[in-house]
Amino acid sequence: MARITLTVDGAQVSDDVEPRMLLVQYLREKLGKTGTVVGCDTSNCGACTVHLDGRSVKSCNVLAVQADGHEVTTIEGLADGDRLHPVQEAFRECHGLQCGFCTPGMIMQAVDLLNDNPSPTEEEVRLGLEGNLCRCTGYHNIVESVLHAAKGGVTA
Amino acid sequence: MTATQERPSAEIGRDRRRKEDQRLITGRTRWTDNITLPGMLHLAMVRSPFAHATITSIDTSAARQAPNVIAVFTGRDVADEQGSIPTAWNITTEQKSPPHPPIAVDRVAFAGEIVAVVVARTAAEARDAAELVDVDYAELPAALDLKEAAEDAVLAHPDLGTNKSAFWQFDSADAGTGGRVDEAIAAARQDGIVIEREYRQQRLIPSFMEPRSFVCDPTGEQTVLWSATQIPHITRFFLAAVLGIPESKIRVIAPDVGGGFGGKLQTVPEEMIAVLLARRLGKPCKYTETRSESLLAAHHGRDQWQRLTLAANKDGTVTGLKVDLLADLGAYAGTVGGGVPILGAFMFNAIYKFPAYQFNCTNVYTNKTLTDAYRGAGRPEATYAIERLMDELAVELGVDPLEIRERNWIKHEEFPFTTVAGMEYDSGNYEAATARAKEMFGYDELRAEQQRRRDAGDRVQLGIGVSTFTEMCGLAPSRVLGALNYAAGGWEHASIRFGGTGKVEVVTGASAHGQGHETAYSQIVADRLGVAFEDIEVLHGDTQISTKGYDTYGSRSLVVGGEALVLAADKVIEKAKPIAAHLLEASADDIEFSGGRFSVKGTDQGMAIGEVATAVFAAHNLPDGVEATIDADATFDPVNFSFPHGTHLCAMEVDTETGEVKMRKYVACDDIGNIINPLIVAGQVHGGLVQGIAQALWEEAVYDDAGTLVSGSFVDYLLPTAADTISFDIDHTTSPSTTNSLGTKGVGEAGTIASTPAVVNAVVDAIRHFGVSDIQMPCTPERVWKAISSAGGGGDDPTEGAAMPHFDRSEPGQDSTEGAGA
Repeated sequence: MARITLTVDGAQVSDDVEPRMLLVQYLREKLGKTGTVVGCDTSNCGACTVHLDGRSVKSCNVLAVQADGHEVTTIEGLADGDRLHPVQEAFRECHGLQCGFCTPGMIMQAVDLLNDNPSPTEEEVRLGLEGNLCRCTGYHNIVESVLHAAKGGVTA
Repeated sequence: MTATQERPSAEIGRDRRRKEDQRLITGRTRWTDNITLPGMLHLAMVRSPFAHATITSIDTSAARQAPNVIAVFTGRDVADEQGSIPTAWNITTEQKSPPHPPIAVDRVAFAGEIVAVVVARTAAEARDAAELVDVDYAELPAALDLKEAAEDAVLAHPDLGTNKSAFWQFDSADAGTGGRVDEAIAAARQDGIVIEREYRQQRLIPSFMEPRSFVCDPTGEQTVLWSATQIPHITRFFLAAVLGIPESKIRVIAPDVGGGFGGKLQTVPEEMIAVLLARRLGKPCKYTETRSESLLAAHHGRDQWQRLTLAANKDGTVTGLKVDLLADLGAYAGTVGGGVPILGAFMFNAIYKFPAYQFNCTNVYTNKTLTDAYRGAGRPEATYAIERLMDELAVELGVDPLEIRERNWIKHEEFPFTTVAGMEYDSGNYEAATARAKEMFGYDELRAEQQRRRDAGDRVQLGIGVSTFTEMCGLAPSRVLGALNYAAGGWEHASIRFGGTGKVEVVTGASAHGQGHETAYSQIVADRLGVAFEDIEVLHGDTQISTKGYDTYGSRSLVVGGEALVLAADKVIEKAKPIAAHLLEASADDIEFSGGRFSVKGTDQGMAIGEVATAVFAAHNLPDGVEATIDADATFDPVNFSFPHGTHLCAMEVDTETGEVKMRKYVACDDIGNIINPLIVAGQVHGGLVQGIAQALWEEAVYDDAGTLVSGSFVDYLLPTAADTISFDIDHTTSPSTTNSLGTKGVGEAGTIASTPAVVNAVVDAIRHFGVSDIQMPCTPERVWKAISSAGGGGDDPTEGAAMPHFDRSEPGQDSTEGAGA
């Protein structure tokens, strides 16, 4: 067991974890942050995407011990109280989700993308979301959502 | 009460943002895998690595000794209790269906079949211990290739004596719906055109994003199962039937469910095992599959060979169509199973006026993962075949593919039209949808550009693909299902109930998993009852709340489930009317209901339906003999299917030197009848399109010669990404359906059904001048390049080779599917 201390969605947490425990397992099983989900076992789908010190990572591809001393933001920590993050708002406005399973990862990746490039072209959005799979939307409205958020001037 | 009195304009037709989204975009979700219960145990499955083998011994001792392992079960441990998972659809009374125990007892019939289950205190410990279960197998020859399996060369289930599950035929002469197809073909051979083709429907994997998960709590009076399923009601029925538990002692809950596409339309071994072992151990048990397990052992879709003969007169008027299908069921008959190809039987004739038609289907068992419904289920296969054939007929005649279609399709003034397959198409306007699609596409300009590039010998050639599809939606009239030997019905149920404050609860038997029922149903009820959209709560997916229903699949939720809502709402109004009359001190005959208000004719007196509900709640002043409720239930059983249609046009660019294909433009003009929520409809179309396009270009479940699924992860099974796809141009024409009062037709499967042939037609069209007339799906660069390169041979030979790998094969460490059987 290894002792880790980190900040998750603004709260400091500290736990003993198995060294092999993945960050996504830690979030879901130890912290009950079930908004972040597991969609595959090969780091292809991106459903588990969170921010580690402000940059998107696939939390199935990070060990919990690697997050020791760092700051993690999940989909549950993105809104400011009742005020949704503009990317969350854009996904609702543009019908950028159907079943919603890929949505937390997709939104976290989109936020990171817009932090890097606040005014992306459609092509840049499509390439920026390449690591996140969705089976419902055909991506059309996800891309719309990100472009819509960009137009509204999204900043983290 | 003011909220119910000040209503905005009609809800139906508005692009309402979805009620579902708030929780989904904030991570406030209830996926089955999120559920934890006190003392909950975790299951891990031990699965066969062999496609066909007898189990000679299983040593579980090491696994039992592993930390925090509670128990290990083999098939033999539960053989007396576990029963056999039935199929709901024996397509003939003589169908052969091998027994399908949830845990294999002495023989496995596909790689991935469960042979033992480890129960431990954590999921990680269960999985660790599963590695310690030592199973000895004696490998048996496996039936893998579909055509060889149909010859019974190797038997998938030796005890059955054959691999053939059943043969099913529809013949228009026998049915009295048309002539003899063999006569039409013979006549065309003499003095007409005969197009003969064989097409492959490759095996696909539904690939819903949420892996399947099951949590069973046996500790209460009722056994509760949370299941990532499309079908909580059917699952309750199956659990009762297979495990012998009284139906009233089972509660099935489908909480938030992350997609299905038919892939969660089954009652599956893992689900049965979770219930069986939780009850055996007296503790809550959870099983959540890994993605690899999901791709390996959750069911697959399609997998057919289609032999097709189309007969036509010299002028291109079609005279007959004969279809011979070979369908791979995999190792067992699934819930819908053998019925999937039969759902296509009525659709091969599509929108065309064939005077003679024959459909033959042989279902075959192999030692592969079982196949079952996948988005469209039977209808994409049919649409692909006929829309490819119509293009071939156009080439034969040297006319535009739209022209040959128009020459043969049902004209708008001919509806309702009874087809050669015996279906009555209620409404449609193929001319209007096609005209609109051509306009959006810039059809003539693109044809001109295609000609220019062909004339110039450009390296990158342009192809234009057409698909003028139709489908049958709204599964299904129960009598039709009965006639097809399906074991259940096709009605849907709804309840509407009012709280004392005048708010409305709508309960539906259609169990949503991403479609937006909560929003669309609220819109329907808001209009019908004149209550505010926000005052309506839609409840579903829990058999204790929604006690009756047939769940969600087959584009049925709106055309069947929506109509049940309408009937229930009308009953509510009828029940409320005498109460309103009494409270308004008027005769019931003088009461009218409009915009949510009961009013006395010719006066300004009236009250909102919510106020009636409040009065009923108190029940202080009701008319004598009137029950103190305005709640109502209704069940709707459709008398016919609905028949959405549309014209899809696709432009593909093909690099003739590398075989790379690139989508340039895609236009869809669908006629899905009246639209409740255009935003939700657009989402269904977009998502459907990409699934159909993915069949054409990317996806294939590939097995090696030993029967191992080599595309068993998202590394190798090529789900498209945002970077692979484009934005679409969609629009609608509207011919309201006459089979339901809302005039809706269903849209969930349309995009998937329509798009596959549009894409392949476009790819073939781009390189037709090289002598290419077919490319086997998925049209990978390798296959396209080979088709061009072997064009000297005519290009008629089906292309062979692997599905496209996810990564560049030249990079180290990447598994390749090269050389695997197509």
